[in-house]
Amino acid sequence: MSILIDETTPVILQGFTGDKATFHAREMIAYGTNVVGGVTPGKGGQQHLGRPVFNTVKEAVRATGATTSLAFVPPAFAADSLMEAADAGLKLVCTITDGIPAQDMMRVKRYLMRYPKDKRTMVVGPNCAGIISAGKAMLGIMPGHIYRRGNVGIVSRSGTLGYEAAAQMNAIGIGQTTSVGIGGDPINGSSFLDHLILFEQDPETEAVVMIGEIGGPQEAEAARWVMEHMSKPVIGYVAGLTAPKGRRMGHAGAIISTSGDSALEKAETMKAYGLTVAPSACELGSTVAEVLRKNPGRRITA
Amino acid sequence: MDVHEYQAKELLSGFGVPIQRGSVAYGAEQASFVASELGGWHWAVKAQIHAGARGKAGGIKLCKTYHEVQDAAKGMLGRRLVTSQTGPEGKIVQRVYVEVAEKFERELYFGIVLDRKAERVRIIASTQGGMEIEELAKTSPQSILQVMVEPAVGLQPFQARELAFGLGLNIKQVSRAVSAILGAYRAFRSLDASMVEINPLVVTRDDRVIALDAKMSFDDNALFRHPDVAEMRDPSQEDPREAEASQDNLSYVGLTGDIGCIINGAGLAMATMDTIKYAGGEPANFLDVGGGASPERVTKAFKLVLSDRNVRAILVNIFAGINRCDWVAHGVVQAVRDIGIKVPLVVRLAGTNESEGRKIILDSGLPIIGAETLADAARKSVAAARSA
Repeated sequence: MSILIDETTPVILQGFTGDKATFHAREMIAYGTNVVGGVTPGKGGQQHLGRPVFNTVKEAVRATGATTSLAFVPPAFAADSLMEAADAGLKLVCTITDGIPAQDMMRVKRYLMRYPKDKRTMVVGPNCAGIISAGKAMLGIMPGHIYRRGNVGIVSRSGTLGYEAAAQMNAIGIGQTTSVGIGGDPINGSSFLDHLILFEQDPETEAVVMIGEIGGPQEAEAARWVMEHMSKPVIGYVAGLTAPKGRRMGHAGAIISTSGDSALEKAETMKAYGLTVAPSACELGSTVAEVLRKNPGRRITA
Repeated sequence: MDVHEYQAKELLSGFGVPIQRGSVAYGAEQASFVASELGGWHWAVKAQIHAGARGKAGGIKLCKTYHEVQDAAKGMLGRRLVTSQTGPEGKIVQRVYVEVAEKFERELYFGIVLDRKAERVRIIASTQGGMEIEELAKTSPQSILQVMVEPAVGLQPFQARELAFGLGLNIKQVSRAVSAILGAYRAFRSLDASMVEINPLVVTRDDRVIALDAKMSFDDNALFRHPDVAEMRDPSQEDPREAEASQDNLSYVGLTGDIGCIINGAGLAMATMDTIKYAGGEPANFLDVGGGASPERVTKAFKLVLSDRNVRAILVNIFAGINRCDWVAHGVVQAVRDIGIKVPLVVRLAGTNESEGRKIILDSGLPIIGAETLADAARKSVAAARSA
C-alpha cells in the first residue's frame, strides 16, 4: 500500500503540452505512472506522448476515467485550473506552480468547501515537488531514483529537504511508502494533518517523517493530532533555526511573523506532543532508524 | 513588497479611505513649497522609510511655519533614520511627506491581515491606537476587536458596523468609519495586499474619521497583475544585495556569520544553515539558487555571496531534482575560474547525475573541498572558515 497514488491511479496532466509538463510527463511515465491523457485548452483532439489531449478536465475525466491530475499551469491561471479539477470531480490534484497569489489560494480553498467532505478534491501544493509512492507512481518533479520501497512515509513543506531525508534513509537501508510535498506557500491545498491521517490508515506505513519550516500554524496543529490520535511514531524536524524574524526565507510562507512561527518554538511544540525531533537536518535518517528500532514492526524492503 | 506611507495613503484614498491633505517632497525647499500649496496652519513632516516607530526616533516633526517645515525636512533628508523597527543600520530617508496637521480626539488601531490558520482575511481594530499591535495583544488584549471575512462574499457592512460600534464611536462617526473600513478592505482585496495597517485611525472633533498613518504590504506573487503597485518599489529601502539578488530571480537574505551558502531549494537552504550552526559555525546568508542552476546563475550567486566581506568560506549544497549535478558542477568550475575565489570552497552534490558532477569537480584540478553528505559538508565548511 501507499497513500494518494499507486501504479493503477489514472492520471492526467493539466497544461499537458507545455515544455515542462512534457518533460516531467515522460519521467512520470518512465517511472510507471498510469498517465492516461492531458488537458490543454484549444488542443483537444490531438495526441501528445501517445495519449489524448482534451480541452476541458470534464471531457478528460469522461473519456479516460482519470481520478487524479498534476497541474503544470502558470501562476496567473493556476487557481482556475485547480477549481476546474475540483468541479470535474477529481479526487486529487497536485500543483507544482510557484508564485500563485495567496488570495487566489484562499478562494480555491473556499471553493473546495462547496463539496461534501467525502466528495471533496484534495489539492496538494502549490509550490511543492509533488507526490511519489516509491516504486509505483510519481506525480511531480522529484528525481524518482532516489526513493526506495519501504515502510516510512514522508510529508514535507520543502521539496529538496524531502529528497535529503529520503537519501539519508536509503543510505541506512530504510525505504519509503509515499513522500508528499505540501509546499512552501502561506496557504496550502493540503496540510501536514491531512497526510498524517492517510499515513495512519495505511497498513504499510510504520512511521512518518514530518518536515516543517518556519512560519504558519500547521506543524503545531498536526503535532497535536499525533498525540491525540496517531498510533504510529512520527519523527519531526523544523528548518529555519537560524532564520531572522520578519524575513522571508525563499518560500512565500517561510517567515516568522507571530509567536509560534519560529523553528525552535515549533520543535518544542512537537516534542511536547510526543514526537521525536531530529536534532539536526543531517540526523533525519539516523533519528528515523532509532525510532524504528524502538518500535519494531513488520518490515518490507524492495 | 512594502510601500511608503504616502503611497499607501494614495492607494487607500482611491478606495474611499479619508486621509489628510498632503504631498511628498524630495528636497527641503520643495517641502516648504508643498506646505504653502497645501495651506493650513500646522504641518507634520514625516520621514518616508519602510519601517514604523518613526515618531520616537525623530522621523515625524510638527511644524508651525514654512521655515520650520524646511528645517525639519533638511534634518531628515539624506540621513539614516534608526527606529526600533529598522535594525541598527537604519533606513535612508530620501523623501518626506508633508501633511496638514490638525487636532484629533481619539486614536484607534485598524489592521487587515491574511490569517494563515483560518485561511481567511482577518480585520483587527482597537481603541488603543498609536501602539504596536504586538504590544497591544500583550498589554490590553480585551481592547482588540476582530472579524473574519468570508471569502465567497467579502466583508459585509454589518461586520464593519460591529467594529465601529465596538470602538465606542457615535452614530455620525460610525457611518464614516464603516465606509473607511469597507474601503480599506476593498483596497486589500483588489490590490492583493498582504497587510494594511492604519495606526492611528483618528477621530476629529467634528466627527470625521481619518487615516493618519498607513502601511501596506503586497503579495509579491500577485504583483504581475498590479503593475502600478509594482512600480512603487523603492530599492533604496532594501538591502542592496537582496535587491540585486531579486533582479536575478535569486532569493538572498544577508545574515551576520562567515560561511557563505549557495543551495537549491528554500527548505534545504534553511536546513543547511541550521546544520552549519549545529556544527559550531555561523551562516553568512540564505541563498536559494532555485531550479535551473545554469553556470550564469551560479556565477551570480558566487558574486553575491562574496560581496559580503565577512565571508571566510563558502558551502555549495545541491540536491538535484530538476537540476543536474553535472550542470551545477560546470557552473561552479566556471564561476571559480572567472571570479577567482580566494576563500575555501566546499561543494556537496547529490541527486541526479551526482557521480558525473563530482568527477567534473575533481578533474578541474581546482582546490575545491568535496563533501559526501550534509553533515560532512557542514563540518568541512566550519573547519575551513576557522582555518581561513
